[in-house]
Amino acid sequence: MFVRLVYESFRRQKRRKLLAGAAIAFGVSVATAMIGVATDVGDKINRELRTYGANLVVNPQEDSLDVEIAGVNLKPPSDGAYLSEADLPKIKGMFWRNNIVGFAPVLPLNVGVGKTKTALVGTYFSKPLHFGTENFVTGVRATYPWWKVQGSWPDDDSRDVLIGERLAASLGQKAGGEVTINGQPFRVTGILSTGGPEDNEVIAPLGLAQEIVGKPGVVRRVYVSAVTKPEDAFARRDPKTLSPEMYDRWYCSPYAQAIAYQLQEAIPHSHAEQIRQVAQTEGIVLSRIEGLMLLVTLASLFASALAVSAAMATTIFERRREVGLMKALGAGGLSIASLFFAESALLALLGGAAGFAGGSLLAYQAGRWIFDSPITIQPVLFPLVFCIAVVVTFAGSVAAIRRAVRFDPVYALRGEA
Amino acid sequence: MSASASTRRAGAQHTSMFFRMLIRAAILRRGRAATALMAVVVAATATTAMLNLFVDVQSKLRKEFRNYGANVVVLAKEGQSIAPDVLAKTKSILAGHGVAVPFAYVVARTSNAEPLVVAGTDLDQVRKLDSWWSVTAWPKEPHAALLGVRAAAAISPQGRPFNLYFHGRPISLTPSGTVHTGAGEDSRIYLSLEDFETWTAVPPSTIEIAVSGSPHEVDATIAKLQQALPEIEVRPVRQIMEAESRVLGKTRATLSAASVLIIVTAALCVLATLTGWILDRRRDFAIMKALGASQQFIGGFLAAEAAALGAVGALIGFGLGISISAWIAKANFGAPAVPRLEVFPVVLIGCVIVALMSAIVPISLLRQVQPAMILKGE
Repeated sequence: MFVRLVYESFRRQKRRKLLAGAAIAFGVSVATAMIGVATDVGDKINRELRTYGANLVVNPQEDSLDVEIAGVNLKPPSDGAYLSEADLPKIKGMFWRNNIVGFAPVLPLNVGVGKTKTALVGTYFSKPLHFGTENFVTGVRATYPWWKVQGSWPDDDSRDVLIGERLAASLGQKAGGEVTINGQPFRVTGILSTGGPEDNEVIAPLGLAQEIVGKPGVVRRVYVSAVTKPEDAFARRDPKTLSPEMYDRWYCSPYAQAIAYQLQEAIPHSHAEQIRQVAQTEGIVLSRIEGLMLLVTLASLFASALAVSAAMATTIFERRREVGLMKALGAGGLSIASLFFAESALLALLGGAAGFAGGSLLAYQAGRWIFDSPITIQPVLFPLVFCIAVVVTFAGSVAAIRRAVRFDPVYALRGEA
Repeated sequence: MSASASTRRAGAQHTSMFFRMLIRAAILRRGRAATALMAVVVAATATTAMLNLFVDVQSKLRKEFRNYGANVVVLAKEGQSIAPDVLAKTKSILAGHGVAVPFAYVVARTSNAEPLVVAGTDLDQVRKLDSWWSVTAWPKEPHAALLGVRAAAAISPQGRPFNLYFHGRPISLTPSGTVHTGAGEDSRIYLSLEDFETWTAVPPSTIEIAVSGSPHEVDATIAKLQQALPEIEVRPVRQIMEAESRVLGKTRATLSAASVLIIVTAALCVLATLTGWILDRRRDFAIMKALGASQQFIGGFLAAEAAALGAVGALIGFGLGISISAWIAKANFGAPAVPRLEVFPVVLIGCVIVALMSAIVPISLLRQVQPAMILKGE
């Protein structure tokens, strides 16, 4: 009898049930989409923050002091220690290799360009490397996305160079011209504009810089751009003082410190550390944006809960004549309440499932639209979203059901409730 | 004459009756009217909170982005130094909307004739500009120096006083603490500008500026600086400016998508509740119709009722929404969101429009129905 009542109620009141179901589906899809965005936005913004450039630097362990003002190196080039270029692909063999957005080795030299003395920096532009079976491409184009080139980027294996826009202006050079470096002619494929000291420098493929300095296979330091987790008190602990379990936890968290530690392990005789300007500040910015999105998500959950409640309250209130009839026929408050709760549960089930699908689609599209990469809703979220749908639908129905149960059948049937 | 007076009197009665009905409808059916009002208030609250946050959060986030340090640098032209009045001019152009810090650099020699970069700067301002510097103790007395961690390890590992020479002129310095940044600063020694200038007589060559405000305001400040100081170079720091606009743009897009979702949800909630509320009272309208009220009168009555409900709901919701957005901003940014009054007209008009829209469907439904049918309960 109970099942038949529920079934008939759905069969005969298709329009009303559809309306309530649609309200639930809409509310749940907003909630799903917002939960999806809130769980993923940190990661997405973190990737965007990588446009600030490298946040880690690997120096040789036995390094002498830099004597550098505004990018101009005043130290004899033979001075100081080097890292080995052959060790660099090992960076992609680290535990957190997937968090490494890119790295660029540098080898700065002092050279004479025409009559002026300036700096030449050897680096990777977008060099294909492979570690084990994995192939990847890295270089300044990945680590410094704000570098703009008028003309074209040189090939990493070529002997072509880029020159900074200020240097180009003082030399009267254009892309496609030729420049004399230490007495030898080199082709200029493009003019580089960075808004930094590189505007006064020559940027060359690493191999060319090594050839000029006469030290094959060396790099001065490596800039690494990695997606990291904001620093907390645990991140600042010294790994040497941690207990084995704590050490594992520390090592397996993508803190800037932990990634620096692993870089040091990967590259022999090196000292890696965070570039605090970028690494520290991105932690602050990221936690602010994540916090904001979390609060906004809570607000949206609240709004969708209210929407569902309002829809449920209206549908139940409209059926008070039916309640009156049931009561007149001798139904108790309990059986009426359980009938309505069963209907609500069924609505929540159907609406919740539809809403979850709609919300996943919405999050997917929003991610594509905003971040150019889709936001995927983890299927593990389904039970959570589903529970929310049921709880909210029940909560929205409770007040209306209580009122429905309390109707005096006489008044309800005369339509005066 | 008398005819027109009686018409006017009838019109006045008509109007007063109209308002009486509006008010009595609200008072006598308080329960249902309160539910409908609640829906409007909640929607207005959500909308106000989101719009206010959306406007306010951007300036709050920009402030956070200023932690990245200078976004504009002022440089002396090749081989020149910055005239003494440039810093004062820069500060007057900034007018409090940013921090300007002068930097002077020389290469000095240690007692072992090792070269070393020494910088002179306004240390109190650097502390504000470069919040990421990890400093053990800032120098306070004259002849106290802030040592980069690598410089400290090389020159004064035990924190003992040391001497430096610039063109043969010595200075003796006491290390006050170390600075660690992971970049060039680690190999340098920082002095106060006064000590630096009396020792080397080299004036500043760079002013680093953190201009606060929107990209538009920053560009305007750069243009003003270039105009006022033609003898020097003013350059935006592209690394900082481009990344900031990118990250902020994505955050804004996410926030606006969330706002649209929330506002649409709230509006649909109002639409459903109000439609239900009006349809519930179809007996009232049937009686009105049976007593001779015209279709226009009933339509006007419903519209006026919906508009009043929307306006009152918007007013209450605006107050609540402002407090919620203030709380969210306080919880996340440590400073409450400033109430933006320009949000109010948007919320008010939005609420009234949604309320009127929810009256449209019932009005057209009621038009088709015969009062007799409704009164019989069919």
